[in-house]
Amino acid sequence: MDGLFSVVRRKNFVLFLQKVFLGAMALWVLVPFIPLFLWSFTQSWFWPNLLPNIWGIRAWRYSFAPYSKVLEAIWTTILLSLFVTFLNIIICLLPAKVLGQKKFRGKEFIRLFLLSPLIVPPIAVALGILSIFIRLGLSNTFIGVAIAHLIPTMPYMTMMLSAVFENFDIDFEEQARSLGAGPIKTFFYVTLPVIMPGIIAGSLFTFLVSFNEFVFTFLVGGGKVITLSVLLFNFMGGEAGYDFPITAALAIIMSIPGIIFLIVTERAIKEEFFTLGFK
Amino acid sequence: MISVKLRSLCKKFGKVVAVNHINLDIPAGKITVFLGPSGCGKTTTLKMIAGLITPTEGDILFNDKSVVDVPPEKRNIGMVFQRYVLFPHMNVAQNVGFGLKMRNVKPKEIEKKVKEVLELVHLSGFEEKFPAQLSGGQQQRVAIARALVIDPVLLLMDEPLSNLDAKLRIEMRSFILSLQRKLKITTIFVTHDQAEAMVLADKIAVMFDGSIVQFDDPKTLFNHPVSPEVADFLGAANILKGLVKSCSENKVLIDSELGEVEVSQSGNFEIGKEVSFTIRPEHIEINSDKASKTKNTYVGEIKEVVYEGGMVRYYVNCGEKIIQVHDLSNRVLSGVKYASIYLDPGKIWIFPNFN
Repeated sequence: MDGLFSVVRRKNFVLFLQKVFLGAMALWVLVPFIPLFLWSFTQSWFWPNLLPNIWGIRAWRYSFAPYSKVLEAIWTTILLSLFVTFLNIIICLLPAKVLGQKKFRGKEFIRLFLLSPLIVPPIAVALGILSIFIRLGLSNTFIGVAIAHLIPTMPYMTMMLSAVFENFDIDFEEQARSLGAGPIKTFFYVTLPVIMPGIIAGSLFTFLVSFNEFVFTFLVGGGKVITLSVLLFNFMGGEAGYDFPITAALAIIMSIPGIIFLIVTERAIKEEFFTLGFK
Repeated sequence: MISVKLRSLCKKFGKVVAVNHINLDIPAGKITVFLGPSGCGKTTTLKMIAGLITPTEGDILFNDKSVVDVPPEKRNIGMVFQRYVLFPHMNVAQNVGFGLKMRNVKPKEIEKKVKEVLELVHLSGFEEKFPAQLSGGQQQRVAIARALVIDPVLLLMDEPLSNLDAKLRIEMRSFILSLQRKLKITTIFVTHDQAEAMVLADKIAVMFDGSIVQFDDPKTLFNHPVSPEVADFLGAANILKGLVKSCSENKVLIDSELGEVEVSQSGNFEIGKEVSFTIRPEHIEINSDKASKTKNTYVGEIKEVVYEGGMVRYYVNCGEKIIQVHDLSNRVLSGVKYASIYLDPGKIWIFPNFN
């Protein structure tokens, strides 16, 4: 009898520890948002007060005012991220297929090479391609920034897509061909639905990375392509000087896509979806 | 129903020759089995017939017309793989109807045909189910239905039963056999299981190392395998060697490991040449009489006696060779150390191809 109780007690203790740990993690993530919220509703706030001296909605008013660049920046950022995601899918599809399904010499090297943008400092790369882009007339343009955004996002898309392709039986395509589907029909009716989880995962990563990207946008865009991150930089000590309330408001706005996608992924991509192509 | 002819068909992967100049006439309306060990090239040959692999050399003819340049989706064949390969994101009806959809058949017509073929494979009412909800046998039947619904001229099956448990395998075997007899569709079936081949085939093509070594009906193959390798693959015991002593019209004398052996077989066997021969275990007579009296009788030590219901299996050591004897006479030679075995000259088979 005693043995049974101690097992139960230990189990309860472990559960308790787990809850404490989860709670700590939640706090770790959520607590930084508190000062952000407070600052965004501040008119004026100085030490030693724990709360703003004077509350106000100036920052929010400004953010959504027609004369500020904020609404425009939101629009530009969303458009840019969507465009980059679209480009990324198209560009990474075939290489990922080859990486996932074929064997060839130097495969691991190519794989590492495609992951290198995650290792090399963005500023170095951005400055490097800037001169080329200037010559090509791509600097300071939306398209130029979009192309540049492919650099930090391709590794994610390639990784996600090659993973689904690795688990995608070649037999599926052969079977579809033998049943009368040409290569294009095979892709749309058979391949695409099965690799969809990979496309969705890769797209989410791409969108988020592109949405929050600063270095490439700032350097390649030259201040002409104004995304939220560039605007944020501005209000953190750029031309407009330090403006904490507006900075805070912008930071909160920038967090929204991430939060939305978290919720969407939780609901939309269910377990079964991921096991579709796997045997 | 079409006939398929392979002419000097060849497939090389780099330096590796997977299929080595195969010539074969596959009869229309019958089941032809490609039998061979793993890696012998049978699946590669099948895929070339399907159009999924391009031959390095040679020709493939459907009803005497070359199809080598015809892409797989235009060859009108039904193919069933070992791993069923049902599209996981489609239900049974969509899977089965896929081939018809690709041929732009009207939805109403597709529905009708799908219903008919599901009835044929005893899966009526399964239209809405998804592959993940089906058992192995059911999935295989859906795969077969999917291949048949398009009215193919040729049915290709690549070890479709290898993933099923033993009982289901036998059930599905009979199912496929009766189906083919009903539809009379030219079928090519690939397997490494010789029992399966024996049951299903009208004709068997035995393949080793990319070449076809024998192409015969099951009975001929079993009774007259062309080489020791074929016999061994079919599970034959008692493969022996010797030198030809004399050869006349229907009588060959061989100096073998057992002693002198007389064989009633007509053939041109060069004197002094090494030959290999075999006799089935159930064609050997065994007696406890030690004395070696007549021809083709040899004395040996009984190494092992295995009782198997109506049959007793003896392993007799004759001149360093273990001879297997199956005795169905219902008596048991127990407690006997030495026995004599008699090989009926008419039941011995000398392999035409040796070395």
